[in-house]
Amino acid sequence: MKKFALFIGCNIPVKVKQYELSAKAVLKKLNIEVADIDSFNCCGYPLKNIDQAGWLLSSARNIAIAEKKSFDLLILCKCCFGSLKKADAMLKENNEAKIKVNKILSKEGLQYQGTATINHLLSILHNDITIKVIEEKIIDKYKELNIATHYGCHALRPSDIMDFDDPANPSLFDNLVNVTGAKSIEWESKLDCCGAPVLGINDNLSYDLTEKKISNAKNAGADFLCVACPWCQMQFDKIQDQIASKRGNVYNLPSILYTQLLGLRLGISKEALGIENDQKDETLNLAFQKLFETQEKKVKKAKKEKKAGVKVSEKKVETEAEPEKVK
Amino acid sequence: MAFDIFLNSSLIILTIGLLFKIAQWFSFKIGIRAENAGLMQRAFSAFKGVLKTIITPKIFILIYVFIIDVLFQYKILKQDFLRWFMHMLIFWGFMLLLFMHALETLISDPFFPNYYSTVNPYMFLRDFFGAMVLVGLSIAIFRRFFMRIPRLKTNKSDLYAIGIVAVIIFSGFLLEGSKIISYSEFRNMEEEYSALDDKDDIFALESYWVKYYSLVSPNDTSEVPEDIMEVGEEIHNDSCVDCHSRPQAAFGGYAVAKVFSPVGNILECISAVNIFYYIHILSCFLGLALLPFTKMLHIVSTPISLITSAIMQRDKACPENIATRQAIELDACVHCSTCSTNCSVAPAFDTLDNANILPSERMMSLRKWVINKTVDSKDFAAIQEGIYLCSSCERCTVVCPAGINLRELWYDVREEFIRNGSIVTPLVLTPYSYNRTYSQDEFQTSLLDSPAREVKAVIAKKYNKVKHSDDVLSLTSADNNENNDISLVDNTFSSCFSCENCTNVCPVVMNYENPEDYVDLLPHQIMRSLGLGLKDLALGSEMLWDCLTCYQCQEHCPQNVKVTDIFFELKNQISKDCFNNNDKEP
Repeated sequence: MKKFALFIGCNIPVKVKQYELSAKAVLKKLNIEVADIDSFNCCGYPLKNIDQAGWLLSSARNIAIAEKKSFDLLILCKCCFGSLKKADAMLKENNEAKIKVNKILSKEGLQYQGTATINHLLSILHNDITIKVIEEKIIDKYKELNIATHYGCHALRPSDIMDFDDPANPSLFDNLVNVTGAKSIEWESKLDCCGAPVLGINDNLSYDLTEKKISNAKNAGADFLCVACPWCQMQFDKIQDQIASKRGNVYNLPSILYTQLLGLRLGISKEALGIENDQKDETLNLAFQKLFETQEKKVKKAKKEKKAGVKVSEKKVETEAEPEKVK
Repeated sequence: MAFDIFLNSSLIILTIGLLFKIAQWFSFKIGIRAENAGLMQRAFSAFKGVLKTIITPKIFILIYVFIIDVLFQYKILKQDFLRWFMHMLIFWGFMLLLFMHALETLISDPFFPNYYSTVNPYMFLRDFFGAMVLVGLSIAIFRRFFMRIPRLKTNKSDLYAIGIVAVIIFSGFLLEGSKIISYSEFRNMEEEYSALDDKDDIFALESYWVKYYSLVSPNDTSEVPEDIMEVGEEIHNDSCVDCHSRPQAAFGGYAVAKVFSPVGNILECISAVNIFYYIHILSCFLGLALLPFTKMLHIVSTPISLITSAIMQRDKACPENIATRQAIELDACVHCSTCSTNCSVAPAFDTLDNANILPSERMMSLRKWVINKTVDSKDFAAIQEGIYLCSSCERCTVVCPAGINLRELWYDVREEFIRNGSIVTPLVLTPYSYNRTYSQDEFQTSLLDSPAREVKAVIAKKYNKVKHSDDVLSLTSADNNENNDISLVDNTFSSCFSCENCTNVCPVVMNYENPEDYVDLLPHQIMRSLGLGLKDLALGSEMLWDCLTCYQCQEHCPQNVKVTDIFFELKNQISKDCFNNNDKEP
């Protein structure tokens, strides 16, 4: 298996801590080892608007650090992923830019060579670990949970560089959601932007776009929005609250990180995934209730009753015991 | 006499300096907290805050922080062992010298009844503490000048701090060494403690001291007979040995004495003891007097910062006290550059060439800026760029060994800039602004859209804007002949045949009933403007800054026009043309 350096970016350690927590828990459960590297810097994405040279250097430095330690990159944030992947493509194509960047990096004893692969968490789960293996590891499935998957722009497009999934009709995220027993629903504006890139520049526009997405997902019957990017999560979480308080438009559609959605079904406790479900609102409460209802609870109950009469082999007891332990 | 004059005057300067600093801490206005509170009001709030801390369980936090972070300096240890080792050596070495040696009449004499600076273990300890400081200083010099730690910058105040401590300790060792060999020092001691009348007795003692105590005598003692030496030893045992250990214990001074002894008589003639004595005490007094105005103030300000940041919470603490704390924090920064070596956006420093992007350098600039608050200088523009170029990862705050809440400081200073209407950096129009809206409740942000509006106004002034679609465009101003070598993403815009796919899939365009009223030009119109050579028109369009960079347009272009990437290129050009990026530092 490849050796991965976990790239968490700037937002996760401050505002979306549960993403790092849950991602690490899930990866551990799936036997993927990741290394934390303190010297990583901002991917440079926000700098792109005014100084592409700064963006390119910032991204290249991160790749160079991973290369120096012979790691591949496993990225949690879609914008960091887009940023590094685009920089990687540009540096591979443009030798002049590469020389320039390396001249600056060499001051720190770093060199960008282009040997590290740049991956988003979802691709690793879907393509490297595979749906089949995830299915084997899942201890029980969601009973009735409608999920509106939000792909995130910077992972999908431009598809010739990102190579993440079919940009017009992607299925990767839906497959990952469906394997948990939840239902990835069809909804309008599924592939659109969450609105985060213009928050702070044009708040009204950002609110408009976020609100539109939330409302579309809600209308399509979603219990949760599901994301795999801190920007999107912040947008659907805290910015949704801001929309509610500033515009008076209350949707109460919670957003969950994919690693949390999957983690629960891998038997990881909600505390270890950073899920807070003490909601005051009834709609939200209902959604979170569904999150803890599983198909096999019934089956298990039946099995238990059966067990009382029939002797079961030790091996079977062991496999049964696992979910119990977690609870 | 001279000693007392110097001591008293340096103490007076120190006191005035400290009072001046404290007055600054209560009057400097930095950030947006307690803008209208006066000096007295802030001093009173601080007094209340201190009282509240002392009489509540918070006192335990205070004691804990004082032990762990001030005395043991755990925050430095967490970052870098070598630096911690260096600082512990200097700090503890110097403090122990201060208490045992400098303040001997106040501390050593009353608390250690057998204390004599010339008797072991004190004689040895004094040199040992001095050596600790010297080893620490050597590491400091090695780190700053030979290790080439990226983004560790050294300025005048760092040099002064290393210099003053080095002069104090070195002159101390030189003084000690010259005293060991000094003949006049010997005579003084002899008069004071043994008061011998007989010249032969004095000579006997002198000979003994030349042999065993490294004294350099003007008399020839090389062939003294054994019996005279015995007499010398007897007198020594009677008068000297109780109060004077052999000089080898003072290993630093002894080494100096060994180096000096060949020229001992010359040093005696120029009374080197006096020279080194005055260098030593004057450097001590200089350090003391200048303490409030130099980096050495951190001995006071940094512990305050460490303790206050552990005790105060933004949402609960009184705003006046936060304002005061932030003023103290400016002085608590020791320019150790831990923040800069950990800063997430530090690589931008390498392309934008603005030292203020590094938090440690920004602190230094703010410290100067807060005095006059001049807003139209180039320095100020550079500070602004630094303040805005922040991904809010908060690493600086987590790692700061001085406990400075840099995160809050950046926020508050930025808000202050915005309220003064003095924001002129294109960084406002990047996702670095995200956090301002995101954290608006926590930081009581007002004037949310004002920075973007002001920066857009600067841009609008520069370029033609076409507000009405029936305006006649003049093609005579077309800049087709410009044709510079930086292509708008390889000139792909010229393949545009206006199918409007880009516009039709754009979520921003879709958001509005009449998008032209909001975004000026639609994406395909921007591509057409470029095709017609009307680059100005494209550059002035609001669409560029409303672009989500979601790449829908580029993805859907049948002609492979790199629409989003061209937008980036245009925005980069605007920031260069309108904000003169390369001219920040004078």
